[in-house]
Amino acid sequence: MAGQSDPHLSMFSPSEVEFVAEDEIVDIVPNIRMDALNMICGDFGPFYPQIPTKVPLWLAVALKKRGKCTIRTPDWMTVDRLTQVLEAERESPREFQPLPFHYIEISKLLFDHARDDISDAYLQVPIVLKNCLLLVVIMTQVRSLIEDIRDVRFHKVETGLETISGRTHAVKLKNLSAMEVNIVRPFMVRTLQAFYKHDSPQMIQQADTTGSKPTPVTDRGPRRDLRRR
Amino acid sequence: MSSWDDDESAAVSAAEAATTDVELLRRAWRNEKAAPEILRFDTPLVSRVREQIQLLEETLDDFADTGVDDLVVSLYQMDLDRTLFLLRSYLRLRLQKIEKYTMHISRSDDLLSRLSPQERRFARSCAEIMEKHLEQSVLSKLPYGYDSVTRQSLSSTEDDMVPEPQLDTFVFCKTKSDVGAFQLDDIGEEVVDLVADDLYVLRYKSIKGLVEGGRIDLI
Repeated sequence: MAGQSDPHLSMFSPSEVEFVAEDEIVDIVPNIRMDALNMICGDFGPFYPQIPTKVPLWLAVALKKRGKCTIRTPDWMTVDRLTQVLEAERESPREFQPLPFHYIEISKLLFDHARDDISDAYLQVPIVLKNCLLLVVIMTQVRSLIEDIRDVRFHKVETGLETISGRTHAVKLKNLSAMEVNIVRPFMVRTLQAFYKHDSPQMIQQADTTGSKPTPVTDRGPRRDLRRR
Repeated sequence: MSSWDDDESAAVSAAEAATTDVELLRRAWRNEKAAPEILRFDTPLVSRVREQIQLLEETLDDFADTGVDDLVVSLYQMDLDRTLFLLRSYLRLRLQKIEKYTMHISRSDDLLSRLSPQERRFARSCAEIMEKHLEQSVLSKLPYGYDSVTRQSLSSTEDDMVPEPQLDTFVFCKTKSDVGAFQLDDIGEEVVDLVADDLYVLRYKSIKGLVEGGRIDLI
């Protein structure tokens, strides 16, 4: 029950977010023959050696751990694509690039359990060159790209927080991912709540009756447009 | 108006046909977690998931007898564990909310109708026990006029000591499909255009109806 003492501010634990991410579908290439699995969460398979098929991430990781498949790196997780995303992310300070809703969790799970597949996936070089060093280089490259993207995005969220004011009734955060939402939630909710509370007519009225300010209650000024991020 | 309703219900049922019960339960779980107040209990969904869990448990027993491959058994076991976790977490989460807002829930028929029969029983006994406890430990020792569980004193015109969920709080939500221009406050000064796959931080109170109608997901 840890972390649930204040359920309204930090509701999902990181492991719960990861739990949800584990249901995302990925491509695997099995190396065994196995009948179709009719599970509560869906039907998967049948599995044939070398025939790609789609399964949820948790199933892929379970098979991978037992050496029964390789996980295909998602398209968005290649050095080329991530470099593009990072550039676009840097160029547009008010927008987030579209990435899978669970990109942080998916990449973490793949790094933890399928690191050899990550480098393999798009390594189109002769086998001779596929030595350990090269694999490590690519792994590190993908990982640091994702970290950079996270940093740039989070910086945007932080600077966005500074612009919240009493008139902010809605904040648009299109393309923000699940883990990013989870991280920013306590700050965002507290800030918005505090401003909302102090901007409410009752609060202003109270200030009036105590005689500090003779401003009419109705005068709340023109509302600003929604902030775009 | 009626045709619009038909369209919507058709769209909803089509969407539900395409998704598994686990997915629906996960959505209910997330919404429940993110919403400040208690949401409607989806009795058919929960009983469907329970049935599936039971069925899989029986199948797993059969597997043990027939000697199915260990790998397959362990994969089904994982599927079962994940579903069980989701269901338990969902039910527990609701009990926590009921415990927190017992008094508030038990005085409103609308809120009570959102609970399952078991939850209603829980809410009732929770309220009784709490009241008895407060009565014995504190209220019986207070002077006349200050001995109500729900009111601060006789001069209170309404129940002013009942913890209520804060519906004014802000929540993160994601739209599934286009909702269109949506009014955030009563006076219509704040309007947002909700298109599919948008992510917004909004006041729960203003989007309550969309959450209940399943047109927006809390995250």
